[in-house]
Amino acid sequence: MNLDAKIPEGPLADKWDNHLFNMKLINPANRRKYKIIVVGTGLAGGAAAATLAEQGYNVEAFTYNDSPRRAHSIAAQGGINAAKNYPNDGDSIRRLFYDTIKGGDFRAREANVYRLAQVSNNIIDQCVAQGVPFARDYGGLLANRSFGGAQVSRTFYARGQTGQQLLLGAYSALVRQIGLGTVTMHTRKEMADIVLIDGQCRGIITRDLLTGEVESHVADAVILATGGYGNVFFLSTNAQACNVTAAYRAYKKGAGFANPCFTQIHPTCIPVSGDHQSKLTLMSESLRNDGRIWVPKNKGDKRKPADIPEEERDYYLERKYPSFGNLSPRDISSRAAKEACDDGRGVASTGYGVYLDFADAIKRLGRDKIEERYGNLFEMYERITDDDPYTTPMMIYPASHYTMGGLWVDYNLMSNIPGLHVGGEANFSDHGANRLGASALMQGLSDGYFVLPSTVPHYLATNGPFEKVTKDHPEFKKAEAEVRDKVSRLMSIKGKHTPTYFHRELGKIMWEYCGMARNEAGLKKALELIPQVREEFWKDVTVTGDAQNLNTVLEKAMRVADFLEFAEVLVHDALERDESCGSHFRTEHQYPDGEAMRNDKDFAHVGVWEFQGVGKKPLRHKEELQYENVKFAVRSYK
Amino acid sequence: MKITLMVWRQKCCKEQGKIEKFVVDNVEEDMSFLEMFDILNERLILEGKDPIAFDHDCREGICGACSMTINGVPHGHEHGTTTCQLHMRKFKDGDTIYVEPFRNKAFPVIKDLVVDRTAYERIMQAGGFVSVATGNAKDANNLPISKENADLAMDAAACIGCGACASSCPNGSAMLFVSAKVGQFALLPQGQPERKRRVLAMIKQMEKDGFGGCTNMYECEAACPKNVSVRFIAKMNRDYLRASLFTKSK
Repeated sequence: MNLDAKIPEGPLADKWDNHLFNMKLINPANRRKYKIIVVGTGLAGGAAAATLAEQGYNVEAFTYNDSPRRAHSIAAQGGINAAKNYPNDGDSIRRLFYDTIKGGDFRAREANVYRLAQVSNNIIDQCVAQGVPFARDYGGLLANRSFGGAQVSRTFYARGQTGQQLLLGAYSALVRQIGLGTVTMHTRKEMADIVLIDGQCRGIITRDLLTGEVESHVADAVILATGGYGNVFFLSTNAQACNVTAAYRAYKKGAGFANPCFTQIHPTCIPVSGDHQSKLTLMSESLRNDGRIWVPKNKGDKRKPADIPEEERDYYLERKYPSFGNLSPRDISSRAAKEACDDGRGVASTGYGVYLDFADAIKRLGRDKIEERYGNLFEMYERITDDDPYTTPMMIYPASHYTMGGLWVDYNLMSNIPGLHVGGEANFSDHGANRLGASALMQGLSDGYFVLPSTVPHYLATNGPFEKVTKDHPEFKKAEAEVRDKVSRLMSIKGKHTPTYFHRELGKIMWEYCGMARNEAGLKKALELIPQVREEFWKDVTVTGDAQNLNTVLEKAMRVADFLEFAEVLVHDALERDESCGSHFRTEHQYPDGEAMRNDKDFAHVGVWEFQGVGKKPLRHKEELQYENVKFAVRSYK
Repeated sequence: MKITLMVWRQKCCKEQGKIEKFVVDNVEEDMSFLEMFDILNERLILEGKDPIAFDHDCREGICGACSMTINGVPHGHEHGTTTCQLHMRKFKDGDTIYVEPFRNKAFPVIKDLVVDRTAYERIMQAGGFVSVATGNAKDANNLPISKENADLAMDAAACIGCGACASSCPNGSAMLFVSAKVGQFALLPQGQPERKRRVLAMIKQMEKDGFGGCTNMYECEAACPKNVSVRFIAKMNRDYLRASLFTKSK
């Protein structure tokens, strides 16, 4: 597998600018001759589709939702980072770069992260120009708040709905192009496979969710911006339809899957309340600006929070990490919550919860101020739990949220398959082993507005014009037949369990053995159990209805089938990465105080997996990470 | 809790629909309305029946996909709440609940509780944007915007495009939806150059898609899960009038 990252020469700060100049261009009159397919219309996909269309390319965009505006980027709450340094508190591009590299526990590529930090400022400008209503000060200038893993205020926000507003910005750019006829928008169509011709990605196969029709779409280049795979845990903060299928299909066709074991468990979600639960709801990290996290000092203390006196409370983040306190990064905060609960000091009916308390902030700032900052989040919390967070502390617990791993890409965001580009959460590139808060929106829009619209044309200019291909090409026909075959296999099993049943079973295994803390024995156990569930699925799943109509059971079964194969890759990666770093915590590797112990000598690389067949152990390749500008350091937030 | 559901079943847009009765036992208070449907659907699948189709995705009240009319009200009686955020503790043991799709001629039923809302997409394509291509922006702080206007624009921008407004309106009007977008941009300097063009184009498309006009019934505001105010309709009407008088039609 060729894993040349194609990082441009030159000093770190000049790489992107040099590269922009060195990349090839296409004459405006020739651009419309190139077709680019964009799968997924969230921040990365929506922004890329709109921007490439603005440049004059012929774009086709796909979403399984009924509108591009419903992509799960919309649910991001807290904010987006940028190195504007408007508050004059010591921020800079270099600091955002360093914080992100350190936050990722030294497992991300220097050059990519530096570019992300550079571009961050353009994103804010672009969004404001589109009319995104960011929060402002009374002077009319943009307001900032703080997020985990940073000691500066660099997060821009729109109440607790930043993701929504940024997505609607990208969506507005996209609908403008749809209206102009430069983007053909396909809604309620799910990608079922990619198609390679002579080693190049030349299109995709989709399934129309309303008619069941399996269709081919030809292109000169394909961009996957299909999000993360957090739903492999069944319960997560992801939307119901979020799935790994697009990325996994690309992997099965030869694309490398990088660092799948880097899965982020978000510390502040509403705890599980019962078996009926279909998803977990995130409470924005921004709440930790003003909320204080604590558990009772004594095990099994069942008193109401208000009855527990100050000296019998353990503000464990403030105690263990005095310099970052409640704004410690997500991986660290999640593990600390788990530790407290495993120690028998958890709250909530299940014992798996910790308090997030606003009493001090309300006393200091007044209820109005808190309501202005977090009103919609408090409302959402009350609606779900029936508790009023203004008068009693919230209860929170970690949940699967974001996945740093994804398809391997080079500096140009192209996978090892020529023509197949990957943006946003679907690629692995910028967050290393742990993503900092407010960095996902930044990366999605950086990829979508600025990186892909430069690098995809470069690919087309360097490799095009391409041989004419039609939907009748045998590779398209073969891929279509495979999808139809999978559908009819699923429809014909007529077993005793629903697809959701198997998804839940898989989720239990993943959370138990490959969740917040992992070890060799557990991971090996998971590698025994997953194939059993998969086998049972193919023997005993039931899909009702027919395949020529809207069939939500079939949709779910198709997605679960891929999760059941992909989960094994994730566990293999967790097992082979015999170190603790960022979100990946191996209990065998920790300091006496319980902090993660990295092994830079053996694991300062990207683990990239190559498909070898279902149920067969995939091959592991390495992309060594070169650190020329930062030095490895123990990641301390104390 | 034991809940009786009277659910609209319709195989596809061409066929006639009808109400079908289901009894769901063991409904827990902490369940969301959609989680109750999950349980019912799991049961129907195991019985070999076609489960009830409904749109949903984020289940945290922001994507705007869910679209049930519950006891005659889009998203149900709970104020400022999407269907996915409606919890069963708001109902009583033994309740009978009528569940239908969002009702508007411009939103044809696709199957059961799923409707086609592409009419909203067309309205957005007609003018729901600021025409600024990527790469043209100046520094964000070169454009000061008063906090009051930014906050008001955000109130409008909170719209999730679910379609509850148009489905609750006796006239089938989408004016709350349209005015939220028009209002957001009208409050911001970025929206000024296209202000007249935008309001004319979006309303023209709204009418073309068969949505009615506003006669101040305020049902839309009551049904809106994001509490978008009808004041934006008043603002839009003024904008529309001004634009109609002073713009040469194409």
